[in-house]
Amino acid sequence: MVAKGFIMKKEFFEKTLIYGILLLWTFICLFPIYWTATTSFKTAASVTQGLLIPWLDFEPAWKGWKNLGLSPDTIFTESNPREEFLARFFNTAFISSTASALAVIMGSFAAYGLSRFNYKFGFMRNPDISFFFLSQLILPPVVLALPVLVLYRELDLLDTHIGMILIYTLTVLPIVIWIMRDQFNAVPIELEEAALVDGATVWSGFFKIVFPIVLPGIASAFILCLILCWNEYFLAALITSTDAKTMPVMVASQISSQSIKWWNMAAISLALCFPLIVAAIFLERYIVKGMAAGAIKG
Amino acid sequence: MSEIKQMERDPLYVVSPSYISPKTKRFGKILVWSSFFLMSIIGIIQILYNLEKINFGFNNWRPLLYSYILWAIAIGYSRVLIYGERGKRNLFIFPAVMFIISIVIFPMLFGLYISFTDWNLSSLDGRKFNGLDNFYQMMSDPYYWNSLKNMIYYILAVLVEFAIAFLLALLLNSQIKGRKFFRVVFLIPLMLSPVAVSWMVGKSMLEQRFGPVANFARWLGWETPTFFSSPEIARLTMMCMDAWTFIPLMIIMLLAGLQALPKEVLEAAKVDGANKWTMFKNIIFPIMLPVSLTTLVIRIIFKLKLADIIIIVTAGGPGGATDSVTSFIVREYRDRSNVGYGTLLSFVYLILIIIFMTILIRFVNRWLQRAS
Repeated sequence: MVAKGFIMKKEFFEKTLIYGILLLWTFICLFPIYWTATTSFKTAASVTQGLLIPWLDFEPAWKGWKNLGLSPDTIFTESNPREEFLARFFNTAFISSTASALAVIMGSFAAYGLSRFNYKFGFMRNPDISFFFLSQLILPPVVLALPVLVLYRELDLLDTHIGMILIYTLTVLPIVIWIMRDQFNAVPIELEEAALVDGATVWSGFFKIVFPIVLPGIASAFILCLILCWNEYFLAALITSTDAKTMPVMVASQISSQSIKWWNMAAISLALCFPLIVAAIFLERYIVKGMAAGAIKG
Repeated sequence: MSEIKQMERDPLYVVSPSYISPKTKRFGKILVWSSFFLMSIIGIIQILYNLEKINFGFNNWRPLLYSYILWAIAIGYSRVLIYGERGKRNLFIFPAVMFIISIVIFPMLFGLYISFTDWNLSSLDGRKFNGLDNFYQMMSDPYYWNSLKNMIYYILAVLVEFAIAFLLALLLNSQIKGRKFFRVVFLIPLMLSPVAVSWMVGKSMLEQRFGPVANFARWLGWETPTFFSSPEIARLTMMCMDAWTFIPLMIIMLLAGLQALPKEVLEAAKVDGANKWTMFKNIIFPIMLPVSLTTLVIRIIFKLKLADIIIIVTAGGPGGATDSVTSFIVREYRDRSNVGYGTLLSFVYLILIIIFMTILIRFVNRWLQRAS
């Protein structure tokens, strides 16, 4: 009886510890978002007092959102910051989705080719070509940044959407190839062989048979690319100035400006993150699948 | 003979007899050469125009880019014309290879050239070849070596991140309620843009006077909580912020590994009466070794690119204590717009990375071989 009680106690203690740690980490993960969200509704006085809980500590106002032109009373009126914000938002959405789509198309083809055929380019065989693709992951963006910057100046590609799309496609392409290679390797070759015997060509076999099977994998690769491009700051800061400026660059330029309007910055940072937080909640399965793909095989 | 053929055979193998007439072959070759010819003409015109030898030309080099794209398409199409079925297969990897060569190899070669020049974008002189001067300047640049030293600290911090991530992954994998909720929540920091994190955490929460973390530190008894004034604390703060964003990635990869553990082995160990710690030490950790090492290598690759939050939050300060190599080079470029020197620094960094990663991967492979 005593022993059983002891075990029960130990188990209870263990459970408490596990949930304690998990809840602590949950708090660490969520508190910055909570803090930013509340700050966007604070007035100057309640920001400097470091108040935490709305309605209890301070009376929330639409301060940050008003400045951004997104509060209920300003949403139907004309607002320059909102125009600016929406322009940046669409830039980011357009550049990152196009770049991801390009990378996914090229990367899937390449990964499929590498998993199905033997290539020989000079001394390079399949493993060498794979390595050539994946080694691009190690390349730090700063190495490419300055030469590309100068080249873009000559090609008149600075501050254009095309220029941004090209460089973003490059940064995510190796990741797509890495994820998709495992996906294609998991599809049995016999499926296509049967189709080819029935008279399909290599390409129609790819589109009609393999493509539907790997569609979830392609979706997770696409989402992963989208996230990476959406958040990219370093290259965007160098290449863009006005026309193709993306949201991270806009937010960063406001951070360094002298008088910091806390509520404003909070609103704008939250707006930058909001789409991705929503994505994390609804597409968690795909995101995790993409990231875990390399871990097990690697 | 037949054995060699067997090895050379494609995994997806089909007999596809395709007769290609010499006419088609010739057409393919003409296509490639004519587009190449067009590209060369445009290139030569532009060079002469830039040298002011002739008075007609284009405003910029973009036409050359268009003709280059045309040429690339012609090569791709001619593969099919010349080699038939074989060429169609090449078409799968051709776009990706061509794309990477164009956007990586060309700029790299160009960068290699400008790293030996004294080229200040803001001065009117243009670039001057100055041989190894940039290199000598680098050797005596204490800030560059300092940023490399910082990178070592940052990389060592990965081990601590790994320990935290492993613990959390183990907990997520144990019998708990609401696993789905925890998984989503733990993923969220990774989704946030480094720019937003810099502001939310670095500028707002760590604000000395009224940031919640500062208030908390004061409540704990630290009277003057400043997170960016002393070099050590500033570096530690940057490490924590970076860890906060990237621990989710490690959790996901390790969790995937834990879920793939063979259940029978774990059950058997439980029946044998192994307690949790011995089970972890003797079974889970050894089986997880390949996944762990992959996770570490990937995390280190990301760490080597660390820049955004440093550029925004501290700009390398105080006194270069938080500088990563990337943020240092960016400042070098922003402050003095010296493209030549900055490029040389980045190339030296690339070479160091390649050496480091080669050693690391070889070490990892050897360790795995010994373990198995």
